[in-house]
Amino acid sequence: MRYFPNTEADLRDMLTRIGAERYEDLLKGIPENLKGNREMQLPPALSEMELLDELQDLAALNDGGRMSFLGGGSYDHFIPKAVDFLISRSEFYTAYTPYQAEVSQGTLQAMYEFQSMICALTGMDVANASMYDGATALAEAAMMARNISGRHVILAADSLHPSYLDVLETYAESLGLEIRRIPLKGSTLDGGALETMLSEEVAAVALQSPNFFGYLEEAEQIATLCADREILFIQGTDPVSLGLLKAPGSYGADIVFAEGQALGNHRSFGGPYLGIFTAKKKYVRKMPGRIIGATTDRQGRRGYVLTLQTREQHIRREKATSNICSNQGLNALAATVYMALMGKSGLRATAELSTRKAHYLHEQITALNGFEAASSKPFFKEFTVRTAVPAKEIVEAMYEKHRVMAGIAVSDLIPGRDHELLIAVTEKRSRRELDTFTDLLGTL
Amino acid sequence: MNFPADLKYSSDHEWVRVDGETVTLGITDFAQSELGDVVFVEMPEVGDRVTKDKAMGTIEAVKTVSDIISPVNGEIVEINAGLDDAPETVNDDPYGEGWMVRIRISDPSELDAMMDAEKYQEHIG
Repeated sequence: MRYFPNTEADLRDMLTRIGAERYEDLLKGIPENLKGNREMQLPPALSEMELLDELQDLAALNDGGRMSFLGGGSYDHFIPKAVDFLISRSEFYTAYTPYQAEVSQGTLQAMYEFQSMICALTGMDVANASMYDGATALAEAAMMARNISGRHVILAADSLHPSYLDVLETYAESLGLEIRRIPLKGSTLDGGALETMLSEEVAAVALQSPNFFGYLEEAEQIATLCADREILFIQGTDPVSLGLLKAPGSYGADIVFAEGQALGNHRSFGGPYLGIFTAKKKYVRKMPGRIIGATTDRQGRRGYVLTLQTREQHIRREKATSNICSNQGLNALAATVYMALMGKSGLRATAELSTRKAHYLHEQITALNGFEAASSKPFFKEFTVRTAVPAKEIVEAMYEKHRVMAGIAVSDLIPGRDHELLIAVTEKRSRRELDTFTDLLGTL
Repeated sequence: MNFPADLKYSSDHEWVRVDGETVTLGITDFAQSELGDVVFVEMPEVGDRVTKDKAMGTIEAVKTVSDIISPVNGEIVEINAGLDDAPETVNDDPYGEGWMVRIRISDPSELDAMMDAEKYQEHIG
C-alpha cells in the first residue's frame, strides 16, 4: 500500500471546505503562551554511526542494580526466553488491528486463548482482549458500573494503587462520576466505614487485593455486602497471586481487573503494560474494549472473529460503551505465551515461591532494629514495613552505597507516609540475596 | 412494505397501537429492514419512566445499533420478554410478536403529533 501525505492542494481544499484560511486558524483556541512559537533548540543532525554511539553511551547508563525489591504494580518475575522468541515472530510482531478475520486467524486465536486463560485464572465468565494497563482498566470498570446501574457514585478504597486512583479521578471529573474514597484502618480498608458509605447512589465498590501495601482485603465479605445491596463489586488483583488465592469470580465479583505485566512482560521502566478486564456474562454488552469470539465458517471449521463490535466507537460513535476499542496485543500475547508455558502448576509454584520468600524476608527484616511490620494482615509477595528513619533515606542510601533497590518509599506516592517502605519479593530472589539485603539494611 | 392503517408512527421509525391509556410500541417494517438482522434488544424495565424523544433502549443488529426513542412521556407497564431469546422476531413480525414495550401514557394528546400510515410513508419517501 502506498502512502501519500496531504498535498498542498489537499490542504487548501480541506481548509476552504471548513471555512478556514490558514492551518493556524484551527489552533486559535490554544492560548498564545502555550504555543511553542520559537525555534527548537536542537543539536545538529548526527550520522547513523554517530547516533548509534551516542545511544549506546546512554544505554550504558542504565543500571538495574544488584537486586531489586521494587514492586507497586510492576514485578520482577522470571520470563522464560521462549516468550520473547515467540512474540518476536513476524507472524505476530505487528501492531495492526485484526479487523480482517480472513488474514488474522493466528493473532485472533492467540487473543481468544488469552481471554480463555484469563477467565480460568480469575474465575470470571468473560474477558476482553486487554486494556492499556491496570489503571485504565479500573477507570473503565467504574464507567461500566455507572452504565449498568444508572448510579453515579463509586466507592474506591484508599488502598488501591495511588496512581490508579489518580487515573480514576481524572476520568471521573469529566464523566459526572463521583468518587468517594473508603478510608483505611492501618494498611487495609476500614470495613466499618465502608458499611456506612453504602447508599442508594452507589454504583460500585472498587478495591484491590492484594492491595497497594501488599495486604489482602476481606474481599469475599465485601463482595457479599455489596451483593446484598445490589451494588456492583469491582476487584483488582495480581494475576500471579491467583496461582494461590481464591479466584474473585468464585465469590461473586462483578468485574475483575488487573495489571498484567507480571505475566511474562518486561518491566521496561513503566510500560507498555497490560490491562486485564473481566466481567460476569450478563454484562458483556456493557464491557469496554475488544472481544474475540470463536465461530465456525461455511465449511464448519473453527474460526475466530472480533465480536460484539456494535458496542465499539467505530459503530456507536459517541454512544460507544468506551473510547478504548483497541488492546495491547503484543503484551497480551506475551502473557498468553507465559501462561501456556507455566501452566497451572507452574503459576502455582511461582506464586508459592514468591510468597515463601516474601514471608522469610518479612521475618528477617522485622527482627532488625528500626523496622517493624506495618500490619498483621495476611500478605502475598509484597509487604510494608514501618521504618525508624524516613523510608526515602533508606531507599537512597541502599542504592548509593550498595546498588540495591530496596523498595518503594510509600511517601513517593502518598505524601505524609514517610516511614513506610514497600518491599516486593519474587521467585527470582535467592536466599543469599534475601540474607544480604537484610544484612545491608541492618548496617545502614 | 407494510404500514398498517390502525397504527401511529414517529419520525424515529417507531409505531404505537393505542389502547385506552396504554400504547404498545415497536419499530416499523422500514426500520427493521434498514437495520438488518436484529441480534439483541436492550429494553427498559417495568416501572421505568420514559421521556418523549429520549432513548429508552437499544436495538442491536449485526452491523449497527440503534436507539429505541420514546414518542411519548409515560411509564413502562410491560416488556416483550420473548425478544430476549428470539430477537429476530423484530424482523419477522415487526407489528405483531415483535412488539417491544407497553407504556402507560401521561398525556394522550401527545399522540396527536404522530403520523398516520400515509404520512409516515411520505416521510420515508
